[in-house]
Amino acid sequence: MFGLNRSDTLLLIFVALLTMLAPFFLNPFPEGSSLAQFNGGYPDLMQRFVIFGIFAIGFNILFGLTGYLSFGHAAFLGIGSYAAIWMMKLLTMNVIPAIILSVIVAGVFSLFVGYISLRRSGIYFSILTLAFAQMSYALAYSVLTPITGGETGLQPKLSDPRILDTMLGGGGDATRANLFGLEMGKSWQMDWNGWVFTFNTGYYVAAVVMLIAFYLSIRIFRSPFGLMLRAIKTNQNRLNYTGVNTKPYTLAAFVISGMYAGLAGGLLVAMDTQVGPERMFWTASGEVVLMTILGGVGTLIGPVLGAGLIKYMENILSKINEGLLETWFAFMPDTAGDVVVTVLALFTGKGWHLTLGLIFMLVVVFLPGGLVGGLVQGGRRMFRSRDGKATRETKSNQTPPTSTPAE
Amino acid sequence: MDAILLQILNGLDKGSAYALIALGLTLIFGTLGVVNFAHGALFMIGAFCAVVLARIMNYSRVVIDETRTDFLGNPMKIEVPYLHDWFGPATGQTMIEWSVPLAILFSIPVMWFVGYAMERGLIRHFYKRPHADQILVTFGLAIVLQEIVKHFFGANPIQTPAPPAFSGSFDVGAMLGFDPNVIIYPYWRLIYFAFAAVIIGAVFAFLQFTTFGMVVRAGMADRETVGLLGIDIDKRFTTMFAIAACVAGLAGVMYAPINAPNYHMGMDFLVLSFVVVVVGGMGSLAGAVLAGFMLGILESIASMAQVIEYLPGINQIVIYLVAIIILLTRPRGLLGRKGVMEE
Repeated sequence: MFGLNRSDTLLLIFVALLTMLAPFFLNPFPEGSSLAQFNGGYPDLMQRFVIFGIFAIGFNILFGLTGYLSFGHAAFLGIGSYAAIWMMKLLTMNVIPAIILSVIVAGVFSLFVGYISLRRSGIYFSILTLAFAQMSYALAYSVLTPITGGETGLQPKLSDPRILDTMLGGGGDATRANLFGLEMGKSWQMDWNGWVFTFNTGYYVAAVVMLIAFYLSIRIFRSPFGLMLRAIKTNQNRLNYTGVNTKPYTLAAFVISGMYAGLAGGLLVAMDTQVGPERMFWTASGEVVLMTILGGVGTLIGPVLGAGLIKYMENILSKINEGLLETWFAFMPDTAGDVVVTVLALFTGKGWHLTLGLIFMLVVVFLPGGLVGGLVQGGRRMFRSRDGKATRETKSNQTPPTSTPAE
Repeated sequence: MDAILLQILNGLDKGSAYALIALGLTLIFGTLGVVNFAHGALFMIGAFCAVVLARIMNYSRVVIDETRTDFLGNPMKIEVPYLHDWFGPATGQTMIEWSVPLAILFSIPVMWFVGYAMERGLIRHFYKRPHADQILVTFGLAIVLQEIVKHFFGANPIQTPAPPAFSGSFDVGAMLGFDPNVIIYPYWRLIYFAFAAVIIGAVFAFLQFTTFGMVVRAGMADRETVGLLGIDIDKRFTTMFAIAACVAGLAGVMYAPINAPNYHMGMDFLVLSFVVVVVGGMGSLAGAVLAGFMLGILESIASMAQVIEYLPGINQIVIYLVAIIILLTRPRGLLGRKGVMEE
């Protein structure tokens, strides 16, 4: 189907079901129950899942396929966001032009950065991309304030021109993004025996975009172009010696992943119609690296899982405070309950970074291929369907063989 | 002219910190081949060694002074540090005021232990793993260390003053023949620079003039051959890791009076230190030191009002701009060796 082989089609269908039914299975606990805290099915978080999923998928095309570790991808996300918000301010609150422009602008900027940075490789490349991103951040924060709004960032205002909206009769709310009149923030709630499921327009728009992005990334992974990129990762020197000019391939991969980042940035703006320079800070670039490695570098679904896990922890774990823990462990004897609460309080609420750090360490130490690598290995150990050779291959390449469906 | 001189002096202390951290990073990278993202956290732990020692020394008992009353009319409670009891008020107070320099002695065993434990417990399992894994695991470790420090010391910066003897400023301009009170430089920053110079000199001397250093240098050049000669090079490299941790820790201890320690100061320095290491050239110790001072000084020259007038915003980006220009004109940084970290 769609030019994919059987396992890839299954994977695509799996991801499609996952995203379309997310409002159901991300809300497994009834509203009002003590575990409702763990429900991730509210619109804001679900939007972040898919948008950062797109960001990580794009990053994986560069890092997973070519092995070039960019430490400045947040710059493209930020620039996409700024482009989108200007489109909303000047032309229309419809999200389509905003997203298209954000992809184009991020693509042009990544062409510029990539053209310069790809003259070096290894850590020198990483530092060059980092330098460009930090420069964009610093400039957006200070000198470029007329364009970027400086520290406060940008938001659509009632006084903005919005040429197209005015021409068409000033339709729609001036400060809410819409898709041909369908408001992004609009949600429908379904109440069923105490379970509440929320369906949000913005989430489904972002989810459809993510499915397209995911499909494109499968096609890129399976194309001759993707094979070429893998060859660059394996041994760039040998390619150069055989007379292949690798620069156009790496540059194309860089621009594609920059456009994915711009797309994610545009979508972020389409959801919450605001942007600030902190989106381009190096920690944001580091976050996408961590998402990709955590999920599994070079695997198709890994980055999406990594993005989901990190965003889930960031939003759910940080909400659990000591008072809540006390209600959970109220059934225990006082002293024991206190001990448990004190220990758990270290890892939740404001201390959720500690859990994040520990998970990074544990995953890297025990699951070298990330979550997907671990799943594939675990599955193989369960079924023993492959010989030892394939397992060794996985270990040395950090990527599972191409034929496994879990990829 | 005097303004430029002042900015060069201002750049020295930041440059010293960059140089010390970058030196440690390069030592670790050159010996073990590990990209250590937790190095900023080591710097931060060093600064908190100073905080901890100051707290220990200020540990006091409460004495009720009946002769004086506080604003509520109750007898005044006065805290008397135990050091006053043990060494007499004068000596005890001097020791408390000198807690930062004393923390140098305190931090060396602490940092040695932290560095040793880190290398033996975690880093050694990552020699053969890709650099991306090393980055992720050390980054995770940095977050964990940072959160632990945050848990015990809170999120706010903790003021850690220098000894009062050094709290004043020094009129460099008058000494060099400029008008007085034009170029004034705090003593402590001068001391920081001198301290950094001594540490850097000591590390180089250690590598250059001792047998241990010679073996380590040989191991950096060709690890396998040194191993074949029957030398347990891993053990020596572990020691080098501990030394690098000590260098970062000492840089942190002495930096505490300049910039009040907070839990994320390591992360703030980490990225810039990596830029410094790469600009200096991966694996080159001299390059790291040179680039550290160069970037520190350039940063403070770029923040002069006259420069900002012509190039607005340049102070924010000068380090990255210089890094890009250097990497594009000199592919391996200032003094980099061939074939390091290019694959």
